[in-house]
Amino acid sequence: MKNITYGLYDDETDLLSAVRQANAEHLEIEEVYSPFPVHGLDPLLGLKESRLHITGFIYGLIGTLTAFLFMTWVFTRSWPIIFGGKPYFSLPAFIPIIFELTVLFSAVGMVITFYVISGMGPGAKPVILDKRITDDKFCLVFDTGTDALSPSNAEQFFKKTGASEVYSKTI
Amino acid sequence: MSSIVSPIRRPLIEGNKTYHDITEDICAPTERAPSLAWIIAFILAVTFLAIYLVCLVITVWGGIGTWDLNRTIGWGWDITNFVWWVGIGHAGTLISAILLLFRQKWRTGVNRAAEAMTIFAVICAGQFPLIHMGRQWMGFFIFPYPNSRGPLWVNFNSPLLWDVFAISTYFTVSLLFWYTGLVPDLATVRDRAKGIRKKFYEVASFGWTGKAKHWQRWESLSLILAGLATPLVLSVHTIVSFDFATSVIPGWHTTIFPPYFVAGAIFSGFAMVQSLMVIARKVFDLQEYITLEHIESMNKVILLTGMLVGTAYLTELFIAWYSGYIYEQYAFFNRVFGPYWWSYVGMMSCNVLAPLIFWSKKARRSIFITFFMSIFINIGMWFERFVIIATTLARDYLPSSWSYYSPTWVEIGLFLGSLGLFFTCFLIFARVAPVIAIAEVKHILKSSGDQYIDKNSKHYVEVVEKELA
Repeated sequence: MKNITYGLYDDETDLLSAVRQANAEHLEIEEVYSPFPVHGLDPLLGLKESRLHITGFIYGLIGTLTAFLFMTWVFTRSWPIIFGGKPYFSLPAFIPIIFELTVLFSAVGMVITFYVISGMGPGAKPVILDKRITDDKFCLVFDTGTDALSPSNAEQFFKKTGASEVYSKTI
Repeated sequence: MSSIVSPIRRPLIEGNKTYHDITEDICAPTERAPSLAWIIAFILAVTFLAIYLVCLVITVWGGIGTWDLNRTIGWGWDITNFVWWVGIGHAGTLISAILLLFRQKWRTGVNRAAEAMTIFAVICAGQFPLIHMGRQWMGFFIFPYPNSRGPLWVNFNSPLLWDVFAISTYFTVSLLFWYTGLVPDLATVRDRAKGIRKKFYEVASFGWTGKAKHWQRWESLSLILAGLATPLVLSVHTIVSFDFATSVIPGWHTTIFPPYFVAGAIFSGFAMVQSLMVIARKVFDLQEYITLEHIESMNKVILLTGMLVGTAYLTELFIAWYSGYIYEQYAFFNRVFGPYWWSYVGMMSCNVLAPLIFWSKKARRSIFITFFMSIFINIGMWFERFVIIATTLARDYLPSSWSYYSPTWVEIGLFLGSLGLFFTCFLIFARVAPVIAIAEVKHILKSSGDQYIDKNSKHYVEVVEKELA
């Protein structure tokens, strides 16, 4: 359970200036929701760059090795057959499948990782603060359960920064 | 706030839209009762799907003998259809991946529908190699799985097997790319829906809320998937062309095939996107999001790839003559003047001559011309594949085995039926999911909305003057 106060802004520029103001006042921001990615928000919130691309590289490497080692094993150990007088280990002919499996492993792995670390998937039960967040509202959330910030102070902050609506909730 | 946008850019979103208007307009087709146009189109598509199923049953029951393939011409309409559909399936990834890497903003209007088109086209494409195997229930033999025959593995050196990997990887990656892009928009629909529809979209939207961190990961994921899909899309048609290029048949054994096939794929794919979007923007009332600007941009791509394809056709002829190799020379003489001369004429006129009309700006911005050209190009690209496949096989090394091939009604039914399968899928998609990427259109509103154009150009001038000073 958590007590939160959140304000809804009508425009991403209002949201950005509110976040800047909150940073200036050393208020700790709980979460920001928006209907589309707002550029310039991540550094203000102190979000580090996503490391998804690193996982993508690792999955891709696994794909490369899987394809290469498997085909090599099949054609040199498991059941060597001569096709068209070519050597058993004919690397150039393996390249297309190695490439395809690299891409396949990387893409599938990254997408699964994305959903798992974001806690998303079919059947996920999210807390939806306001139905208009996926439409045209930009939402800034403060944790008002602690001593650092009281709901009324938060409300004042939202009024000052031009939020169109302010709500307090326990989630 | 103003964005830095060059003043020569025309608006991509018209009608003075707000964020809420965008949501309303794009969600509307999924929320209201289907229009009469949609119902008629759907009945037609399902009728063709039924024809497909009938022809499929006849083919499976009676075997490949129900087709007119013979000992000389072993690939006919089946593989022609396969290559044609795979080619169409390339535009979606091109629009969403390559144009994302190039930061082309006009992609946002058409990428969702083009990606859906890709997926359905690849589904159609995948049917044909499977059907033409003859014993379709043995289809799983193409996968390298541990079996009781040794285990005897598949031939990893064969381009036909490369194709299996390429097409299945392409399908999987396109599906993931498309669906991940769709999740935030499905959440938008979810938050507007009620009752049973809400339940459905709750599951489909994976619990998306729009947290800042999720958006950051989502953008990062989209960018990397685009980076992966770009070489992938080029590899897929390259590998399809290897089916021909690695053989020893004159007319197929050419090194120009990979780039030539890829250019042709983009060409036909964009034509299919045009056919669909010109209708969809009208039927779903989305003219303000898929503007003439979008259509003109796509026509420019069509013009470019059409000329690439034309250059490839002429290069092939020149190289055949220049090689001094009589079999190669005969193969191309036969393509132009042989028994299938009419398909060569069809290919040349639809693919090379007709698109030249797009040199005119007026033609590029004409809905009427665009629609007819897109149909022409699709016909022309089908002819191209038929020319490559059937014409080449009909005249092989031994004149005693020369032959002629024309399809039976079952083969024609399978082709027309696959169009039914494609349109059935597409029409259902257009009712269930937003046909335009809502979040991405909102994202470009301030740089490309018509009400911001003046503001942005003033801002642009200010920034430029400040930089110069």
